[in-house]
Amino acid sequence: MLSYVIRRLAVAIPTILLLIVACFFLMHLAPGGPFTSERPLPPAVLANIEAQYGLDQPLWKQLWDYLANIVLHFDFGPSFVQKDRSVNDIIANGFPISLTYGGLSFLAATVLGAGLGVLAAIRHNSWIDYGAVSLGIAAQALPNFIMGPILILVFTLWLGLLPGGGWNGGQWQYLVMPVIALATSYIGSIARITRSSMLEVMNSNFIRTARAKGLPERTILWRHAMKPTLMPVVSYLGPVFVYVLTGSVFVDLYFSTGGLGADYVSSALTRDYAVLLGVTILYGTLTVLVNLATDLAYAWLDPRIRY
Amino acid sequence: MTRLTRSALAALLSSAALFAALPAGAQDTHPETGEALAADQVFTYRLLDNVSSLDPQIVEDVDGSDVVRDLFEGLMNQDAQGNLVPGVATGYEVSDDRKTYTFTLREDAVWSDGEPVTAGDFVYAWRRAADPATASPYQWFVELMSLENAGAIVAGEMAPDQLGVSAPDDRTLEVRLSEPLPYFPQMTTHSTTFPTPQRVIEEHGSEWTRPENIVSNGAYVLTEYSPGERIVRERNEAYWNNAETIIDRVVALVINDENVALTRYLAGELDRTEVPAGQFPRLSQERPDEAISFPRLCNYYYTFNLSESGPEAFKDPRVRKALSLAVDRDIIVNNVKAGGEPPAYTFTPEAVAGFTPPETEMAGMTQAERDEMAKELLAEAGYGPDNPLSFDMIYNTDEAHEKIAVVLSQMWKQKLGVQATLANMEWKVFLDTRGQQDFEMARGAWCGDYNEASTFLDLLDSASGYNDGKYNNPEYDALIEQAKTAEDTTPLYTQAEQIIAEDMPVIPIYHYAGVYMLDSDVGGWPVDNVEQNWYSRELYKKAE
Repeated sequence: MLSYVIRRLAVAIPTILLLIVACFFLMHLAPGGPFTSERPLPPAVLANIEAQYGLDQPLWKQLWDYLANIVLHFDFGPSFVQKDRSVNDIIANGFPISLTYGGLSFLAATVLGAGLGVLAAIRHNSWIDYGAVSLGIAAQALPNFIMGPILILVFTLWLGLLPGGGWNGGQWQYLVMPVIALATSYIGSIARITRSSMLEVMNSNFIRTARAKGLPERTILWRHAMKPTLMPVVSYLGPVFVYVLTGSVFVDLYFSTGGLGADYVSSALTRDYAVLLGVTILYGTLTVLVNLATDLAYAWLDPRIRY
Repeated sequence: MTRLTRSALAALLSSAALFAALPAGAQDTHPETGEALAADQVFTYRLLDNVSSLDPQIVEDVDGSDVVRDLFEGLMNQDAQGNLVPGVATGYEVSDDRKTYTFTLREDAVWSDGEPVTAGDFVYAWRRAADPATASPYQWFVELMSLENAGAIVAGEMAPDQLGVSAPDDRTLEVRLSEPLPYFPQMTTHSTTFPTPQRVIEEHGSEWTRPENIVSNGAYVLTEYSPGERIVRERNEAYWNNAETIIDRVVALVINDENVALTRYLAGELDRTEVPAGQFPRLSQERPDEAISFPRLCNYYYTFNLSESGPEAFKDPRVRKALSLAVDRDIIVNNVKAGGEPPAYTFTPEAVAGFTPPETEMAGMTQAERDEMAKELLAEAGYGPDNPLSFDMIYNTDEAHEKIAVVLSQMWKQKLGVQATLANMEWKVFLDTRGQQDFEMARGAWCGDYNEASTFLDLLDSASGYNDGKYNNPEYDALIEQAKTAEDTTPLYTQAEQIIAEDMPVIPIYHYAGVYMLDSDVGGWPVDNVEQNWYSRELYKKAE
């Protein structure tokens, strides 16, 4: 197991390196640069600024310096657009915000989604099942960019209960709408996956055997059916976890949370190379780690899997 | 305790608490207008995006400059009409050759840490702005100010201490220009020229603008900065004119989406926000006291590519004029923008100070007459049903720009049978494409850097780096050159506008309006300041 983890981590390094190189060249390929503006800078001024940020160097040299700074100093460089701030600073500020409401959304989506799915499966073909399925489909049809405007309209404008955006140090009033907006559609899909997976498991031979042995239904459900039910759910949850952090771009922009998603989008639009690369590396690393965690969870859920 | 004594005690306690909560020196009425003032003097407004910087020499965006203008104070300020009024300087003298300005600084100007603001602080800041090592995107502004040696310093050929600015003593700032510049004093209201504290910058480096480090000399100090979320500034007790400041706290909330901002405004979270295009008529009906529109110092136009790479058809002024004539500007301002924007027949907005753009021939015609003339001109130029004119036009991705482009292309198609193909581009791609003359017709817009017609007319000078259409008319260039040093610029600018109207290197569409929702409790908003250089210390909240 340990050697498997070490092996996987060793493979992650070239993966991330490849990601950096690809992102670096793609980004420089896009027309315009961080200092392209409506008021084009006089050549002398542009040269001064480019020299300051090392953009006057050949591309390979820029890439090399960038990598060396990360490895030697863990320094992702200065932002080219938010000139008082460094990339480390931007990530340190935005990531905890994204992580807070993304994590809460993930938790809400998993608990509510899986709960709804299990409930529907054990009450198969009852009104509870139909209700849960309808609810799940309705939730799945409400992506965050639909939920956002609806929530603001209802809770801010009509009811005047919640602030229409902002973060304010993460007070709960500011968390409610972003979490609901982000979690809703995932609740729907997790519920559906859990339900169909559980139905399949409940009809399998080993559950029939357990029932034949006369085990109480509760024990069958929790001890025997739960783990295999979660297998497909977990493989879905891995990417969802990264999605709720990266896919929170809309929530960041719409609710002005100050999270990292907003910086990600604006860095791409303003060609803030350093921020774009920094956030890409963060998300890439996170994806690699979450994939590893998912694979390890398989081994726990299914004793047949060994690493 | 009886019920009576208990309630009497409660009343006594609450009034004592109320009394204690009142800030020292709070006024109940506005000293000039006599309006009753609210107890809670907090102004909350929307920021479109994160600010580029809070460093006066580095900030380049409008929102950032608004914050910096509250935190720092330069030599001169603008009043509600945009006129020059004293700031840190009590006034200035100009030498006979109009190349040396001597500013006298006030005695009581201090930094928020109590240190006096000296002429040396300005010298430091101006050198810093020009210094290539600072890498300020506004180095060009120092060149534009015509400070002695600015060009050579920016080019790295001279040391920053050779800049034409010096401090003979702490209260005197001497500025030497390389050539007379009529609007030089106006430029000292720009954030690039604000003083900065050398000792703080040297101690904290690029982190000096953080709330815990920053030392500033304006009416407010920075107390909270959550990037991408909010910027809070509070009354600076050390400010020399603090007694006249009414607003205690200014909160700027970053809200990217203008419709969300409007919803949050309607929910009472904001005192000011921008009105999204097309929504002004509805809002001004529903909330007539809050929806306001006033002229701004910006223009909106389409430029022809007149360079080598441009289409042959556009080299003919008759074609350009025909296309301009066929644009029914009233439809665009009334039905598309609908925010009270004035239609544009000249390049310079009418709102500009010190110059009234001439009434052009086109402005005096009816739209039917214009359409008739457009058809004739296009036919003369050899385009018609058997030889239809077609070209591509580009604009940056944006709902309002798209609507206008569609309307323009339809007007040309219906009136003149011209086929314009639209292409939208992401902002940086658009700038890059337009800047490399890789287009036929492109959208353009310009907001004045200072309130003088040359900030617009310079754009069409063949030597201008902003002249993306590469219009080149020696006669026009000569007029602009002459105006730089002329005593009376009006005849020169008038003539320049007439040339534009005749030659039509660009199609002016409309001039901007500031279209805001402004809470009716907010007093003192400078609607007459066309540059919209506003100062929170001049605002106030009226009691409801």
